[in-house]
Amino acid sequence: MTLISYILYFAVLTALALGLAIWMQRVFEARIPALAWVDRIILRGAGVDPDRQMNWTAYAMAVLAFNLAGFVLLYTLLRLQGYLPLNPDGIGAMSPDLAFNTAISFVTNTNWQAYSGEAQLSYLSQMAGLTVQNFVSAASGMAVGVAVIRGFTGPKDSGLGNFWADMTRATLWILLPLSIALALYLAAQGVPQTLLGAVHTTGLEGAEQIIPRGPAAAQIAIKQLGTNGGGFFGVNSAHPFENPTIASNMAQCLSILLIPVAFCFLFGSMARDRRQGWAIFAAMGIMLLAGVAVIHFYEAAGNPSLGIGANMEGKEARFGAMLSSLWAASTTAASNGSVNAMHDSFMPLSGMVMMVFMQIGEVIFGGVGSGLYGMLLYCIIAVFLAGLMVGRTPEYLGRKIEAREVTLAVVGFLSMPLGILVVGAFASTLPSAVAAIQDPGPHGFSEVLYAYSSATGNNGSAFGGWGASLPWHTTAMGLVMILGRYAMIIPVLAIAGSLSRKTKAQATSGTFPTHGPLFVTLLILTVLILGALTFFPVLALGPIAEETARVAGQSF
Amino acid sequence: MSNPIPTASLRDLAPAALRQTFVKLDPRGLARNPVIFTTAVVALMTTILALRDIASGTIGGWPALHISLWLWLCVLFANFAEALAEGRGKARADTLRATKSKGYVKRLEGPQSAFDVALLTPIDELQAGQFVLVEAGDIIPTDAEAVRGVASVNESAITGESAPVIREAGGDRSSVTGGTTIVSDWLVLRITAEPGKSFMDRMIALVEGAERQKTPNEIALNILLAGLTLIFLFVVVTLPAFASFAGLSIPVVVLGALFVTLIPTTIGGLLSAIGIAGMDRLVKFNVIAKSGRAVEAAGDVDTLLLDKTGTITFGNRMADALIPAPGVDMATLAEAAYLASLADETPEGRSIVEKARALLGREIALPEGSTPVEFTAQTRLSGLDLADGTSLRKGAIDAVVRLTTQIPAPALAQEIDAIARSGGTPLLVSSGYTILGAVHLKDVVKPGVRERFAELRAMGIRTVMITGDNPLTAAAIAAEAGVDDFLAEATPEMKLDLIKREQSGGRLVAMCGDGSNDAPALAQADVGVAMNAGTPAAKEAANLIDLDSDPTKLIEIVMVGKELLISRGSLTTFSIANDVAKYFAILPALFVGAYPGLTVLNIMGLASPNSAILSAVIFNALILIALVPLALRGVKYTPSSAAVLLRRNLLIYGLGGLIVPFIGIKAIDLALVALNLA
Repeated sequence: MTLISYILYFAVLTALALGLAIWMQRVFEARIPALAWVDRIILRGAGVDPDRQMNWTAYAMAVLAFNLAGFVLLYTLLRLQGYLPLNPDGIGAMSPDLAFNTAISFVTNTNWQAYSGEAQLSYLSQMAGLTVQNFVSAASGMAVGVAVIRGFTGPKDSGLGNFWADMTRATLWILLPLSIALALYLAAQGVPQTLLGAVHTTGLEGAEQIIPRGPAAAQIAIKQLGTNGGGFFGVNSAHPFENPTIASNMAQCLSILLIPVAFCFLFGSMARDRRQGWAIFAAMGIMLLAGVAVIHFYEAAGNPSLGIGANMEGKEARFGAMLSSLWAASTTAASNGSVNAMHDSFMPLSGMVMMVFMQIGEVIFGGVGSGLYGMLLYCIIAVFLAGLMVGRTPEYLGRKIEAREVTLAVVGFLSMPLGILVVGAFASTLPSAVAAIQDPGPHGFSEVLYAYSSATGNNGSAFGGWGASLPWHTTAMGLVMILGRYAMIIPVLAIAGSLSRKTKAQATSGTFPTHGPLFVTLLILTVLILGALTFFPVLALGPIAEETARVAGQSF
Repeated sequence: MSNPIPTASLRDLAPAALRQTFVKLDPRGLARNPVIFTTAVVALMTTILALRDIASGTIGGWPALHISLWLWLCVLFANFAEALAEGRGKARADTLRATKSKGYVKRLEGPQSAFDVALLTPIDELQAGQFVLVEAGDIIPTDAEAVRGVASVNESAITGESAPVIREAGGDRSSVTGGTTIVSDWLVLRITAEPGKSFMDRMIALVEGAERQKTPNEIALNILLAGLTLIFLFVVVTLPAFASFAGLSIPVVVLGALFVTLIPTTIGGLLSAIGIAGMDRLVKFNVIAKSGRAVEAAGDVDTLLLDKTGTITFGNRMADALIPAPGVDMATLAEAAYLASLADETPEGRSIVEKARALLGREIALPEGSTPVEFTAQTRLSGLDLADGTSLRKGAIDAVVRLTTQIPAPALAQEIDAIARSGGTPLLVSSGYTILGAVHLKDVVKPGVRERFAELRAMGIRTVMITGDNPLTAAAIAAEAGVDDFLAEATPEMKLDLIKREQSGGRLVAMCGDGSNDAPALAQADVGVAMNAGTPAAKEAANLIDLDSDPTKLIEIVMVGKELLISRGSLTTFSIANDVAKYFAILPALFVGAYPGLTVLNIMGLASPNSAILSAVIFNALILIALVPLALRGVKYTPSSAAVLLRRNLLIYGLGGLIVPFIGIKAIDLALVALNLA
């Protein structure tokens, strides 16, 4: 039964993503006249010529400028929300460090929540601040993703596209329609969508209760579709208002991975060789399935020291071990970060799988757009080694991988160890930072490790016990979120720019094929050895140490 | 293939290489190799700390010194590998240098100057564009072009071929190479390369490694290795902070050991040895590369342009079959053809004799009193007049028809047409006024060529035959030789166009050539191989020069290029895969103090934390020295598709790289315990 459910989930996901990829290609290549006409009017109105191709520097500058503007706006809004309308519960300004952290977090598509939405955000901040960034940070990632695909696959010197056009198209014709559909469905399932303030009521036991509500359905739809993950309520999709039913749970779980999976297929069809997309899909899919299997195994087996049965601590009884495991794997594989169960309470090795998913740079489907371009960095290194091993200058999709591409890929790879290990080292030693840790021993260490893996990977989920709102962490994590996002975007755009200037060589039998099981195996090994192995020592000190201690009967 | 330059044995080279191993500890030299430089820095640091601990009597000083020793050995082994590779090149260079001439040459004012006014000029003062006279017994001072005279030249110093070759002014055989000797006659030469800049000097510099510049792929790989080193630096320097959270403090020596075992020292240490050894292999094939880049590009070649003549075919038409006229038996025709060709010393004539002898199964001596008739351009016939007055002739169809005033019988005429259609050349044989039959002459494809092209196809390389023949002939030979495509009635312009067309399709093109009119195409090709016998213009335009003037050498060059890349890629994969086992050896040793449960990670069952760390460090050093022979020899390339190659190399070096260290580290651990060293 469980197995059938998993198979069904992945089959539906793949089918939907295949369909969406076809739509996305038409949208990004402006092949639907009516939509292209609307784009043109909007873009012309903003003074943009959608047909003007950008080179990689122009594209990167546009992304940075746009996101910087988004950050400034959001920060200002959060600081001034007390004076602004749509604030029925009279919530005041957010503290400067928390507003910094929150603004960075939403602009970088991380959606790390060091705050609790119902207590610290006005409706205006939620709707005009966070929801807007949920759309445009996702659209930024998708635009970069498409630009990178163009660089890798397009004809020589054809440019990377136009950021403003890509961003507009991603928002208007992909994120918006999908979100509207999902929001309506969620509202039908019982998710509130209202501008009225919290309900003040007297409960059955006679105590005064405040039940927060608000325009939740719309934000939840985009939080899942845009791999954002920042919930309307503090406990995210474990909250019965965010995720009321099994049906809403499955709809959300599918939407977490939908666009990232579609990006694999989009890559294949834009490369005019669908097998290339399937190869990347297969590599990602195999790693995801392996992760799901491990998490499910440990969660279903439960913690013997707490009695027989599945590990239900921190889980909604409605969802149980299976739906919680599936969600946990999906949300950390995609850089989503929404949760329907408390990750802090998962078994140690389940937690380790989630951390590995984030530490390898969110490349197992990953964020919208960003998962694919992150994986392409690994492809470059895999192809480089493979190319040398077959005695040719390495080529990917007919383009030579040379010193410049390798340098840039290496620069991209540095961001994860920098953010997680270097900043994480300070976070686990400085007294002002260590105060955030709730639990002793390896579990406490896992909390820090998880937090910095989540922030650098732009995921946004957390081991809940940890005190994320300490100023030391709001600042440091804001910085590593920037690192994890832009120290990846800039080199990968530069690689795309450099590849697009190269002549495409024709494949011969001397060219190593980048599809098929051999390449998939090589790519997975590259991810595991280059990505995951770096973190083996810290994982040994955290989840592995905790697991071995648990087996010996000691808990933390 | 000749091999003029003896390969020095390892036994001879080892002492010098051993000295160089220590000379290379000079930090300025080490810094060129980031991985090994880092290793040396760590080794120095751990040594100082170990000595401090020993001096102050702290526990752990001696084990730390032991670890440091192996870190140093890792550096020394890397130096040794490089020194050995360089030593082989140096030995070769010394042999070459011995052939270089010293002293004076006879300089002339101009190409037509009288010989008695020659000035004796020191060789070192010669300049390009000057004229010199060389006579029998003289060594040609430097690369030059013959502008007057004809001479036979012994080029064995360069090519190893002992038979002298003719060099003459004008035409495609005017180029002479420094270091070769005039055997007879004389030449007036125009110096094309100043002494010290000749091909010989380039070759010496190349094999010595003096002019070794890193090739593009090598640069990219170096960056990847440096990046990995940096990532592992992050891993190791942050470890004390994370460990302190668990209440552990990790000694710096142990951190150093972890760091050195994680960074890719194996490939880092062998990288330059692989490059030098690759050049050395090329020189062994008697090919001079003007740059390492050209050798690497050779590995990437997609399309190979080969001249038909001399490469694919022997270059001479040979008798393939005898076809008797109706009513004539085969023995009569064969005997007549035999006799008519006996005095014909051309390859065609000899091939007819061979064919007829095979058909008759016996030898025929030149009959008494017979007179050979030489071929002339007027008659276009040759043959033999026998003592009894019978005149046997062979020659072109129209010539024999004119001589005999007969036309071939219809059946024979059909055969003649068929020969011409197949691209062959028909000859007629006559006795008196009777046409006896026809000889089918054809361009014979060299044995084994077909198989070579099949190999190339398996490597993904397309072969294109270039020929001046008409399309009909060209098609027939192309089919027989098994080339993928051909260019008939080719002119130099067509060659150049073909190369450009291939390149615009994203393909890398290699070609060989010798004539001056090949120069533009050689320059345009990604890999241009000039024949040493070719003109200076061709040699200048090419990026590789084949001293044996053997056009099939391109295939060997491609193989060397590929082996170079494969060796680097395979050893890198091996090196990176090794890290898994090293983690499993060292991490439990580091952490069991805080979390005893982590002994489950000690899957190798290593005896103690101390022996685990030491075993990993020792393995790391030993694997480097163990792989030196492989690095010098190069990973063998067998022509096959990329997918097959990758599967094989991934299995050997990827999977091998995962498994070997587990076995090796365990074995070293057992040895250490047995020897009571840890």
